[in-house]
Parts: sequence; structure tokens; C-alpha cells
Amino acid sequence: MQEETKLFSEIEVNKEVAISLGLTEEEWENILKIMGRVPTYTEIGMYSVLWSEHCSYKNSIKQIKTLPRSGTNLLVEAGEENAGLVDVGGGYGIAFKIESHNHPSAIEPFQGAATGVGGILRDIFTMGARPIAALNSLRLGDLSSDRTKYLLRGIVSGIGHYGNAFGVPNIGGEVYFDDCYQDNPLVNAMAAGIVDVKNIATAAASGVGNPVIIIGSATGRDGIHGASLLASREFDEHTDDMRPTMQAGDPFAEKLLLEATLELIASGVVVGIQDMGAAGISCSTCEMSAKTGVGMKIDLDKVPQREPDMSAYEIMLSESQERMLAVITKGKEGRAHSICKKWGVNSVQIGEVTDDGLVRLWHKGKYVAELKAESLVLGGGAPQYDREATEPKYLLETRAFDTTKYETQLATEEEFWKILTSPTIASKRWIFEQYDSQVRTNTVSIKGDAGVIRLKEIPGKAIALTTDSNSRYTYLEPYNGGMIAVCEAARNVACVGALPVAITNCLNFGNPYDPEVYWQFKETIRGMGDACRALDTPVTGGNVSFHNESKEFAIFPTPTIGMLGIIEDVNKVMSANFKNIGDSIYMLGSERMEIGGSEYLKLMHNKISGKAPIIDIDEEKNLITTILELIHKELINSAHDISEGGIAICLAEKSILSDSLGCEVEFSDNATVGRVFGETQSRIIVSASAVQAKEMMKVCKKNSVNIIEIGTVIEDKFIINGLINTDVKTIRQKYEEAIPSLMKI
Amino acid sequence: MNCSVITFPGSNCDHDAIFAAELAGWKVKNVWHEERILPIGTDLIILPGGFSYGDYLRCGAIARFSPIMHDVVKFAEKGGYIIGICNGFQILTETKLLPGVLLRNNNLMFRCKDVSIRVTNNKTAFTNKYVENEVITLPIAHGDGNYYADEEVINELEGEDRVVFRYSDENGNITEDANPNGSINNIAGIINGQGNVLGMMPHPERYSDKTLSSDAGLKMFLGILE
Repeated sequence: MQEETKLFSEIEVNKEVAISLGLTEEEWENILKIMGRVPTYTEIGMYSVLWSEHCSYKNSIKQIKTLPRSGTNLLVEAGEENAGLVDVGGGYGIAFKIESHNHPSAIEPFQGAATGVGGILRDIFTMGARPIAALNSLRLGDLSSDRTKYLLRGIVSGIGHYGNAFGVPNIGGEVYFDDCYQDNPLVNAMAAGIVDVKNIATAAASGVGNPVIIIGSATGRDGIHGASLLASREFDEHTDDMRPTMQAGDPFAEKLLLEATLELIASGVVVGIQDMGAAGISCSTCEMSAKTGVGMKIDLDKVPQREPDMSAYEIMLSESQERMLAVITKGKEGRAHSICKKWGVNSVQIGEVTDDGLVRLWHKGKYVAELKAESLVLGGGAPQYDREATEPKYLLETRAFDTTKYETQLATEEEFWKILTSPTIASKRWIFEQYDSQVRTNTVSIKGDAGVIRLKEIPGKAIALTTDSNSRYTYLEPYNGGMIAVCEAARNVACVGALPVAITNCLNFGNPYDPEVYWQFKETIRGMGDACRALDTPVTGGNVSFHNESKEFAIFPTPTIGMLGIIEDVNKVMSANFKNIGDSIYMLGSERMEIGGSEYLKLMHNKISGKAPIIDIDEEKNLITTILELIHKELINSAHDISEGGIAICLAEKSILSDSLGCEVEFSDNATVGRVFGETQSRIIVSASAVQAKEMMKVCKKNSVNIIEIGTVIEDKFIINGLINTDVKTIRQKYEEAIPSLMKI
Repeated sequence: MNCSVITFPGSNCDHDAIFAAELAGWKVKNVWHEERILPIGTDLIILPGGFSYGDYLRCGAIARFSPIMHDVVKFAEKGGYIIGICNGFQILTETKLLPGVLLRNNNLMFRCKDVSIRVTNNKTAFTNKYVENEVITLPIAHGDGNYYADEEVINELEGEDRVVFRYSDENGNITEDANPNGSINNIAGIINGQGNVLGMMPHPERYSDKTLSSDAGLKMFLGILE
């Protein structure tokens, strides 16, 4: 390496340059103070990406730190590594995380969604964990619009393209349609992996003189400014111009990178390793160095490049996919390179670890950067802001909206059909059949309230995963909405028989500089934190996506919760479908007949108003404990929680999932809108035989959980007295046809 | 009895094939595609599913040139048993060990779902554990499973009873509705003239363990053992 030490800048850097890269005037002054000199162009580029909203969490970190981050089952806590890690026993850990790829998916849905999947998978295997499951939470605008169809088609085929070829089963998630996502769809990708605790890799560099190697694809000009200028801004008329900055994904390269990475880690040659996503080599070199206070000197000419004549600035800011940065034990380079070679993966030494805490870069014989690594990263010199928060004015109107007159109306069959066939409720088969849900032969179920994956490594054990969020509730009451998102996720994993143990979260919000948005953000986090503390499900990590708005639309605050649950006995996994004719049907929980923020109110009256449903955390906790006890003692034959569309839709879904079984349900008094379509929380519908029911009642009584019998499992018919009397075949057909008929070309 | 599961770069059902074959009682070796010679004593080769070489160019078109394939072809010519599943089937057609080709699904989308399959020939070494015309449920997971061959080849396959599996409804009727990808004559799996090389799009290895809803596919790996 040529040791030129006089710094070189290809462009003279000043305040205007800094601001054009997305930094604020205040941040520019701050950088001058930290450096004691004017940065080079490469240096200011690195600051601009690492101090971007996307990488630095500058406007969110203070709030995020209020979330509970420790718990008995955690092997690695939030923020310590690329993903959180939960102990599942038997010497194994589960790494899991959710991340957004909203902005890229809005401008190029196929590649945006594909690289979102690729990015989250790398976060998992960079820890030494083999990905065993993927999920996706998608939110789009009105599905009757051509743009939404185009986005859905692209996003779904992008997710399938990447995950299917990589070989990870996609076992669930959620898809919602609401006008607020018209310009700004949300694509939140989640992945989970399993790791032998002896082989957990760290993302820290150490050992002065150890070689730094780059593994995987060559670096191109794709993705430059992705983190700083695309993901950290709102959508406007210039957004389309950002399309050329999009990264392109190559799942084949990622599959090989996975195998090479896991073999490298298992072989013991790796000191530290980090994947490269947002901010590419800038982020990985600085973060890995800052973690242990070491430095790195890097020769950028050694970086394999896809295009000729790339500048140092471009190499450092590239977000080319399928790359890793690793520090290898000195002397073991040969072994590392030969493992990579076996898998057809390129690996090149580009520098070495130093003891000075500086990231120093040379390019074509010129010295282009000398930065204190610590000054760039989150937890170090990166800025942390408190933003102004004001309660939004719209709440005056929504809270004043009186829902009682609707709640007490009699529900009609026509309303039932309209809700059942609304794209948010209707079958998502058109989507999930485009994903391989079974590769790796571990998928126990994708049909219950959460996806279930057995762990071959720990015979008999399984995990359950789900993603949940109802953003209408969060819009109407951010605190309650945040709580409900966590509670519903916990309830869903409990319904398949899993103990909820930890969450990952993806916080999708508007512009944090808008005090009303910031108030939504703070309140949502406060609600999530309270729920997580009460349910003992700490937050293991995740990400924040701000600036989800366009000129016309600001999204509802959308805190997507990814929940992990542990199942001790895979033979006791519970499903939602009815099992036996003659079983009685019961509802666990209390009836409050709330329709604020409901699917009913939106579809029938075009209103997203009222108050979000009440959530009583003690009631929820009791319900979860009870359902787990009932499943463990084999006292029920099916379980499905009541969510969007209320009890009518819950019963319909249970029937649709059953081959030839339906139900006859009778309420003690009228089938009112509040009763059949109300979305009161903390409720589960179960079915049980007469023998089971006796014991079940005792358990509910002991746990003080309200339970009422509402009907019976019957053959082929779907009957809710006072509302509907039809065949299961008919509701199944309408439920299945809704989305395909909209997506027909 | 010894089974070799070949891993190509981009194979992703190799672990699953190993798991199922071991469940059936095979001694399994995982063979990297760069090997030139098969493990001594190999009785069965499985070419697993996945996206060998990313399915770039054409599914299976590049894997055909992997170093191990030379010995695989020799093994087949000597009468050795080979099962190609999904991408493995595509590799077998590219290698010309089986006739025809697998086109893009007629709906142009990747499809992962359970399908009913009728065992139309149970007299092969692979399917002798099934009853003739038994209808089994196996999953498919592919974007390119639309079997096509010219009329002459189809006539030969049909004439020699070499269509081993067909997509059917749950009662075994071969209908257009039951065809998930547009395959000619609802073909889901075929065998070569000598009866030792079988290719199929559905994944028997995925349903080889009752914990995962069914073990209807396990018999595929049991037949040759006897």
C-alpha cells in the first residue's frame, strides 16, 4: 500500500456540498469541529451516509432506547450486533430481525422488494445463523388502482424471486390496503435464522495487523446515495430521478455468499464480519472499527470493481448487494480464500486492522480519507436529536366521532360479503403461492395465526413467527395502537401454541421534523414499550423508516411487530380450522363491541375514525396464559384470534380453512354491527368437544378469563343466526376469488 | 445402500433430499458438483431442487456442464438409478438423460402449493410402493414446470407407459383445472426407456415426514431399497 499521507479531495468541499448530500447546516458545523479541518469529498460523503436518518437513527434513537431490551432469553441484545439473538435451548440461538425497504420498493418494486429480502437475510447469516424462515409485511394503496396493482405484482414477484432462489421458506406476514399507502407502499422484510451458540459471529474488528477482506460481488455504481438521499427524504417530483441509484439483487450470489460465510465462520478463521447494505464499505469499515476502538487502513484499488474509473467517493458509497467485510486472523488468509473459492465467491484483502481508531483510505496512490471511526457511528459521534412533538389536530375530530349509532345497528348479509371480499380481509393465496413456503423441510404450518417452523437441531421443538400491526388503530390512538400491535402479535403466536418471547420491530412513520408525526412516533413507542414490558417480550432490534410521505399522502403510523414464540412440543401445534362435527364453539375474552377504526367503518361508511379499541394489558396477559394452558393440556381443537372484520370474519376464516366443516352460531341477542364486525381486542375463538369443554371451563375460571359458548361445528354450512345462512363452499369461493379477480390482466 | 445427493451452486433442496433419503434408510453422501468421480458404491443419485447457477440462461442449462455430470451420465448409462426433482428434472432434460423440456409455467408465475398427483405407472423401481393409480398429495414449488416435448416424443412416452405421475384432481381425474403449469397431458414426472432415470416436478422429499403434514413422498425413496 502506498503510504501517501497528504489528503486529497477531488472536489473542494464546503457547506453547499454538504447540504446537497443531505446534511444540515448544524451537522456541517459539527463535522468541522470534530475534524478540525475541512473534509475531503470522500470524507464528507461518508459522513453524509453514516449520519443519514437511515444509518444513524438520529431522530429516533433516544426514543428507541426507552424500549425494554433485556430479558432472560436474550443471548445478544438489541443494537449489539446485526440482529438480536434468543436462546431456544439445546445450545442454539434464533437470530431474527425485520427491516424496511419502502423507498426503493416505491420507485422500483421488483428490485426494491428483492433487495429488501436480500438485506435482511444477510443480517441473519452474518451472525453465523442459517436463515430458516422469512416473512413480509406489505402495505399498499387502493387495489383497484393500476399503480397499486403494478406495485403489488412487482413487490410480490421480487420477494419470490429472491427468497425462492436463495432457499428460505416464506411462512407468513400480512398485507393491508389503505389509501394512505398509495404513493408510499411499505415493504417490511423479516427473517429468522438458527445458530449453534459456539459459532456466533461478531461484527467487531480486532487484532492489529489482521487482514481485512471483502467477500462477494464486485462493487458498482448502484445504490449510491440510497441511504442518504432516497431513504431519508419524502417522495416528490424528483424521486423518479433516483431510479438509477437502485441496487439490483442477485439471489444466486447471495446463496453462495451464505454458504461461504457460514463455512468461514465455522472454520474459526473469522475475527469479525459484517454484511454490507446501506452505506456499503463506509458503514462496515467504520462500524466494525468503532465497536472495539481499532482502525483500518484500506487500499480502495484492491476492491473488486464492476465498472471502470470509479472514484473513491463512489466506491465508499456504493450499495452494491451481496457483499461482506470480514476481519480474518492473520495467517489464516489462505484458508479463508480457499473456502470462498470453493463456493465461487470472490475474496480479496483490501486492508488491515490498525490501532489508531482511524479509518484511512488510499485510492490510486492518493490519500483520500482519514476519519475517526467512532465519530461517524451511532452511539459515537453521530448526532442524536430530540424533536418537537405536538398532539395532532386531526385527533380532535376522530375522537369526537360517535360510533355508537353504527354499533347498535343490525348487521346485514350484504355487509358481511363486502367485508369478506375486501382485499385486506380476503384470501392472500395469489400472493403467498408465489413464495416457496416449504424449502428446508421444516414448515409445520402456514395456515394458523402464525407460521410454524420445526427445529431439526432440537428434536421436538419449534418456533412460531408472525408480523402484526393495525395502522388505523395507531393513527387514531398511537399509544393504544402500539400496544395492540405487540399484543396481537403475542396473541397470534400463542394461538398456535407458542410462548411469545421477543419482538423485532419496523417503525414506519412520516417526516420526523413534523411535530405531529413525532408525537405519533413517541406515543407509539411508549405503547409498544409498555406492552413489551408487561408481556416480557423484549425488543431485540429492528429498524426505523421515516419520511414515508408524498405531497398528497402521509402514511398512518405503522409499527410492524415481528414476534418470535417458542413451542416446546411440535406435536401440540394448534391450528385455526375446525376439526370435528359437533364440537362446541366458544369465545374467550370480553365483548365490548367497538368499531372505531374498524374494517366495517372504512368499507361501509368510508370513515377511519372513532377511538381505537381498548386494550387492557392484564386481560391480554391472562388470555395468552390461558390459551397456552388449554393447548398444552389438549383441551381445545382449534384457535383463531378475532381481528379485522370481527367475529363474523374470524368464524368465516375458520370455516374456510376447514375442508368440509362450518359452523352454526347464535348470539344471545341481536346480531348488531358492534357484535359481529366489532374489533374488540383480546379475544380468541376456540372449538372443543364436550369432554374437553368441562376442563376448559375450569381453566378459564381459574385464570379469570371470560368464556361464552356461541355455537357448534357443523357440516358444510356457514350460519350466523340473524346474519347469514349459506354454504362454506360459497364463502370460500368468494374469499378466494376477490384478489385474483382484481389482479386479472 | 448408498445414495449420493449432488449439490450444484444454487441447489437449495439438497439438505432436504439428504434428510428424506436418510429417513428412508439410505446411507447418504453429499457430493459437490466439482467432484469428477461419484463415491464408490453409489446405488442412487438424487439431483435436488433449487436454482442451480441461479437458473440464469435456462433452468439446468449450466449445471449440465458441471464436472460431476460426466460421471453421472456414465452412471445412468450403466443402469444406475437417478431421481431428479424439480431443478434436478430440468437438469436431466438439459443433459438429455430424459426427453423434452420444462417451459415457464403457463400462468407465468412461480407456484408453491399442494397438488394431487396420480401414480399412473407403479411398475417402476421408484414407484413400486404405490398402488396403481393411487392419488397422492405432494407440493410443487416452481416457475418452470410446464413439460413440453414434440408429438413424436409424447407418443413414445405415452406408448411405453413412461409417464409416471400426472397432475389430477383429488379423485384422480386428469383435468385441465388440475394442471398447475400447462404441462402436456398433465405430465408431472417421466422415466427413461431403461427405467432407471426418473424426473419429476413435485417434491416427494418435502412430504417424507409426518410432522410436516404428510409422508406421502417417502415411498419414492423406499422403492429402490428393495
